[in-house]
Amino acid sequence: MAIIEAPGSAPLALPSGGTIAPGQALGVFSRPGQTKGWRSWITSVDHKRVGVMYGAAAILFFLIGGIEALLIRLQLAHANGTVLNASQYNQVFTMHGITMIFLVVMPLGAAFMNYLMPLQVGARDVAFPRLNAFSFWCFLFGGLFLNSSWFLGGAPDGGWFAYAPNTNPIFSPSHGMDFYALGLLITGIASTVGAINLVVTVINLRAPGMTLFKMPVFTWMGFVTQLLLVFAMPVITVALFLLLFDRQFGANFFEVQAGADPLLWQHLFWLFGHPEVYILILPAFGIVSEIIPVFSRKPIFGYPFMVVSGIAIGFMGWGVWAHHMFASGVGPISVAAFSVSTMFIAVPTGVKILNWIATMYGGRLWWTTAMKFAVGLVAMFTIGGLSGVTHAVSPSDLQQTDTYYIVAHFHYVIFGGALLGFFGGLYYWWPKAFGYKLSEKLGNWHFWLILIGMNLTFGPMHVVGLEGQPRRTYTYAKGYGIDTWNLIETIGAFIIAISVAIFLVNVVYSRVAAKRDGTVVGPDPWDARSIEWATPNPTPSHNFDTVPFVTHLDDWWHQKYGEDEKGRPVRIAKTEDVIQKGDPTGVHLPSPSYWPIVIAASLPLIGYGIIFNLGFAAVGAFVLFLGVYGLGLEPSTDPDAGHDDHGGHGHDEDHGGDGDGHAEAELEAGDAPTPEEVTAGD
Amino acid sequence: MSMMTAHEVDEERHSHPSDAQYIAIAAILAVITAAEVSVYYINFFKDSFIATVAALIPMMIAKFALVAAFFMHLRFDNKLFRAVFLTGIILAVTVYMVVLFTFHVFAH
Amino acid sequence: MTDIAVPTHEPKPGEHGWTQTGVSNEKLGMWVFLGSECLLFGGLISTYLLYKNTAVKGPVPHQLYDIPFTSVSSFVLLMSSMTMVLALSALQRDDHQRCRLWLVTTALLGATFISGQVYEFTSFVKEGMGYTTNTASSAFYTLTGFHGVHVSLGIVMLMSLFMMSLRGRLPKERSEVVEIVGLYWHFVDVVWILIFTVVYLIP
Repeated sequence: MAIIEAPGSAPLALPSGGTIAPGQALGVFSRPGQTKGWRSWITSVDHKRVGVMYGAAAILFFLIGGIEALLIRLQLAHANGTVLNASQYNQVFTMHGITMIFLVVMPLGAAFMNYLMPLQVGARDVAFPRLNAFSFWCFLFGGLFLNSSWFLGGAPDGGWFAYAPNTNPIFSPSHGMDFYALGLLITGIASTVGAINLVVTVINLRAPGMTLFKMPVFTWMGFVTQLLLVFAMPVITVALFLLLFDRQFGANFFEVQAGADPLLWQHLFWLFGHPEVYILILPAFGIVSEIIPVFSRKPIFGYPFMVVSGIAIGFMGWGVWAHHMFASGVGPISVAAFSVSTMFIAVPTGVKILNWIATMYGGRLWWTTAMKFAVGLVAMFTIGGLSGVTHAVSPSDLQQTDTYYIVAHFHYVIFGGALLGFFGGLYYWWPKAFGYKLSEKLGNWHFWLILIGMNLTFGPMHVVGLEGQPRRTYTYAKGYGIDTWNLIETIGAFIIAISVAIFLVNVVYSRVAAKRDGTVVGPDPWDARSIEWATPNPTPSHNFDTVPFVTHLDDWWHQKYGEDEKGRPVRIAKTEDVIQKGDPTGVHLPSPSYWPIVIAASLPLIGYGIIFNLGFAAVGAFVLFLGVYGLGLEPSTDPDAGHDDHGGHGHDEDHGGDGDGHAEAELEAGDAPTPEEVTAGD
Repeated sequence: MSMMTAHEVDEERHSHPSDAQYIAIAAILAVITAAEVSVYYINFFKDSFIATVAALIPMMIAKFALVAAFFMHLRFDNKLFRAVFLTGIILAVTVYMVVLFTFHVFAH
Repeated sequence: MTDIAVPTHEPKPGEHGWTQTGVSNEKLGMWVFLGSECLLFGGLISTYLLYKNTAVKGPVPHQLYDIPFTSVSSFVLLMSSMTMVLALSALQRDDHQRCRLWLVTTALLGATFISGQVYEFTSFVKEGMGYTTNTASSAFYTLTGFHGVHVSLGIVMLMSLFMMSLRGRLPKERSEVVEIVGLYWHFVDVVWILIFTVVYLIP
């Protein structure tokens, strides 16, 4: 288009920039062309690579958050523990919560959704591939920014929900809560941009024939999750800005003596926070909804009910936030109303659990590690869900608030729900992403140890919670009868740590073994149902050779199996005959780009600037400005790139829905939140 | 290639209002704004908070709807856009009204 | 969100620019973003409504509003929406000169609005209502400040479009870019319609 042909003036040059290739009228950097090595990763716009990077970063943060958890458990193993002092304990439990929620479970969900949703709807990539890469880098740098607070005067110490006025400079004098506000704003930009991207992808880039009710359940749950993010992230954005302005500029939003009402924070936080709960769990629900049918050799029971209950959960998730605030004096009408709505939301969740069980009923169960994790989720989440219903009863909730009973509940749903689901998903889709299976033997150890470990850790918390042990208290005295339970919890935590170590060993061992023995997994190792398995393993960079035409729910299964006269499935085609060959002829993918990482890198700079010295912020804003224009003016497809050299795994070029003429529109549509949310803060 | 073929652009233009219509809409908006401002000064409304609100809110909604329907083309464009935008508006109005209700902001 | 039939003309499925619904990714993305923004401004407006009468010391915004002045600047912003849509309409007619004229006019009207806001803020501060004076002032400045930042970003986008048009990079076929920036601009305008009534006019 015109944008490419225009004779450019001399390109802008960044001091740190790469070489400027002649003939690149509008690029600052030469267009990266690497297909291997670190540079191919940092410039990649391939949704699969972005997904893998999301997963890798999330597991890194999982280890950090896990170490924090172990520190908490060591401190509480005995009465009057001395591992941490009160201030350190505040920082550790706060960062444990923030890390696990915002830097582990959300990005793990994002990893699966990025990798799988375009594949499951039969697309070549997401709608805005470069913005997708930007989302990832933004999340990663936001997470590193948050964790850098450990070395810059102290981590956040106000709890993950940061209740005002406990977060004002008098009660929290370190820079920790500033890091909290800014760090979550940065990761919030990542979530918002990513969510807009995936919502557009699902609506617009479904393959022909892929109606909404032919989409796999995982994609449906991902879609609902992304819609929740789109509408929930701005609410916490408001809350975080108010907190930041209070702390940095002396505003009065949570200053009680100035007439403010700190309950405002609670409302804004939980208005985001409750949809957030479903943002955490729905991707895992989607994952087990894929795993259970495949390993039960049956279609999912009640597909429309699964989808509609997911939508209902997403919708009702907006009407229950005040159940986090029963003890805050919101008034009897609010308490009654939110109590009822909270009990109602158990209904669609129950529908899901019953449907998973009904899917397994009468099936030929294949107990792979993935299946074990999926069934583990169903069992553990049910326990967590039931204790959740006890919180909906407000008189009982008043007894439980701020005790370990609450801690038990949300660990059963987030650890026993979301994380078990994600581990299951890792075992299930690992061959899809990397071309080899994880060891089932080590996986078996991983599963049983994590199951035993989590029940030892979080099970006794119900008991000590009801006995009155308060959460967020750094120590307890002898003689309350909770010493033994706490010791058991600590032992359980270390069993979880061992199981995670086994998982890491499994990753390395399986890779080494696959390389040594040259065992590549064939196509479709699980005899699966959804169309992402119609591509070779690992997925080639262009996904599908020809865009699939979808005629059925579980379209891939229907390509392989028909029915005999009694309605039993019979093979109608060999996998080898219907699998795509991985031949990219004629496929044109957009080129990688440096800009996403440049723009993302500017945001922590602005964050440090606001906390320490506005000079950094000015530099950051300048880089941001350059980056946004660089991204906007760079054609999303390199005009010099060949059309036919896209073969092989690891090749880095990609495709998006946008033609090269629309780079600017992509800038306007997707990047608008970036500059305004940041500049407004400084 | 561009997203839209020339044919499609032509089609779209035919379904969109003409410049004269845009200017007419702007004139209506201006008139409503004048009416809004006058409500602020008329004594009748100064005495009654309820009357002021009852007069101002419908005018505000009318202006909002005119801009969204005509200038933002929601009246003519794909229904999808309307659905997305309305979801945001309705959700925002509902949840924040509930929040303000719990603070007794409306208990004037 | 039902599935609309695949368009019979190009591009074909799997090619650049093909979409299931027939609407472009960029435009849909902008609409989703605007849906998200509703919750952002809703939160800020609610914060103001909650705090407008809770100040323990004055002055509060309501004592200082200059309604005639704000009415004029609201009118200016409202009219900038009209010039925005006229710019789009001109480009769709392939009338580039007129398009650039309207783009610049829109940006100037926006800049006028921003100048008015700066003047308003300065005079409020002079009259003793700073950002930290009370809850109402913090909420007022935050809400209108966020809106002002949105308008300023819109001006930057408009000027970028103007420069693109000058350099011949904004042909008729890309008029959707103008439309998308226009959507953002109109949204900022409707937010001000809300703010003008809810924050300024209702006592």
